[in-house]
Amino acid sequence: MSVKWYLHKLAMMFGAEARRPNKDEETDAARAMKKFQKTPEQTVERRKIIQHELDFPVVSNKWKFARWTSIILINVMFIVSFAWDVQLVEGAMTASRFLGFHMADPTGALQVMLAFKQIMLNLLIGTVTVMFIWWFFGGRAFCSWACPYHLLAEWAEAIHLFLAKRGWVKDHPFHRGLRVVLWFVFMGLALVTGYTAFEYINPVGIVSRALIYGPSLAVLWVVFLLSIEIFFSRRFWCRYACPMGLTYGVIGTAAPIQIKYELDKCVHEGECRAVCLVPHVLDITKMGYAQDTEEFIAPDCTRCGLCVDACPQGALSFTLRGLDKVI
Amino acid sequence: MSTVPTPEQPKKKRLTRRELERRRMLIRSGAAGAVAVTAALVGLYPVKAQVFDRLRPPGALPENDFLAACIKCGQCVQVCPVEAIKLGDGTEGYGLGVPYIDARGQACDFSCDAVQCVLACPTGALSHDISAKEEVFIGKARLARPSSCLAMKGLGFEGHARGQDFEGLLRYEEIDRWTPIKIADHPYDLELCDLCVRECPIEDAIYLEPLSGDDGDARHQPIITDKCVGCGTCEMICPTEPAAIVIDTEQSIERQKGAVS
Repeated sequence: MSVKWYLHKLAMMFGAEARRPNKDEETDAARAMKKFQKTPEQTVERRKIIQHELDFPVVSNKWKFARWTSIILINVMFIVSFAWDVQLVEGAMTASRFLGFHMADPTGALQVMLAFKQIMLNLLIGTVTVMFIWWFFGGRAFCSWACPYHLLAEWAEAIHLFLAKRGWVKDHPFHRGLRVVLWFVFMGLALVTGYTAFEYINPVGIVSRALIYGPSLAVLWVVFLLSIEIFFSRRFWCRYACPMGLTYGVIGTAAPIQIKYELDKCVHEGECRAVCLVPHVLDITKMGYAQDTEEFIAPDCTRCGLCVDACPQGALSFTLRGLDKVI
Repeated sequence: MSTVPTPEQPKKKRLTRRELERRRMLIRSGAAGAVAVTAALVGLYPVKAQVFDRLRPPGALPENDFLAACIKCGQCVQVCPVEAIKLGDGTEGYGLGVPYIDARGQACDFSCDAVQCVLACPTGALSHDISAKEEVFIGKARLARPSSCLAMKGLGFEGHARGQDFEGLLRYEEIDRWTPIKIADHPYDLELCDLCVRECPIEDAIYLEPLSGDDGDARHQPIITDKCVGCGTCEMICPTEPAAIVIDTEQSIERQKGAVS
């Protein structure tokens, strides 16, 4: 993979628009494959396949349910640990002890250190542990496999899509660079004001604490965010705003676990992009957008697996980097 | 004669639909960013205006450092055997998710012996510098309503200190060294009310002093010494309503000093 193309994929996480690979970025194999796919016989063949997909839709929820189980299990562990005093995971999503080992949310820990202007050892250990775990799963896997807000937002998204299909609401996109600006503004605020200002509006902390310690008025803010997502902008917080997502995205840029895209299986009908939280990472699945015949999708991916479930051709799959070389 | 448009004349540029959409999207993004930052800054008000005056758990750093260093995880809440520690709500601004103690409802009676909350704190917002209850400084007790204090009136006390429905827990070493029980399960019969002195977990922090040298005068005044750590057990156990004795936070002690001078 060319370095330039990789940097482009990285830049997308910081708000850059998805684009076609340039002639010098595209591999010869990819060029040949695209040319082959554009031949009249192949075009006819592809249309047939797509028509078949439409006539006999295959619905798979394998990864979605695995993921929901993961989110629920992780959060229930927190709830149960306190409610029944079993001391499995003590604390909340912002910081905890898992069987005694420190865990800390990197974004929260950074804010605390910026606000307090001291490096706290336990917090650093917890942050590094958490970074290592989510680095392994890659992208911002935390979001879709652990974040309690993500699950609520997924349900809100279902309502949004239901309403949108009937034309009652419309999705209003935002610039993805907003998240980067907010990240720096909130870290700056922590440093300048000496308070963890973002934690005041962080729905992840609010939801997590509400689940464990009981509801608070702060939950109203989360309700407000969810109603924005239902009525105004699909997945607003996770797509365009959450600084935690950006931190995790950066942590997971070069991860062992990846989503692999295989150009030869793809019929470019766009099922994957329709379900994706971060569709810009799947722009390579558009006709003529792939850089190589096989490539990993961009680091902003949350490894949610919705595209893997959605693809009727099996062109997208979870993979462990380097596994094919080992076996 | 036809008019030829001069090259200098600026052509009114008509935006395409796409450009218009993009412009709207950028304006929307700016507005959303402004709303998010403003919402986060709302939390500054209750803190700066000191709307709340909270007792913080043992070992807490000075208020502003404490708010900065706390990661709002509630691990201190989880280890407290009497559940004295609560987490602040959104109305407390940056105190959201930050632990506090409502002494009247449930005081920190040091049932845990070794400041468990301090050990639980992952950030050091509850400073690891302290290891014994005597080193704690939560605040300081003050006889705020001397006229309602039973000892000051020379009166005794019989019955449940806080009524039969009170949920608060206290460790009575003479009953069970390890498990705190409900105050409601432990009625008293006292000739002179000395509950604040009797139940104080810190040695020599509070004592009763006769108001006069007269032997027939039963009136006594609770005197709070410098050993008081502000755990709030006296405020919790005080049978008058509202409590005659209360805990002042460091902030309110400062304010009172300011008001005097």
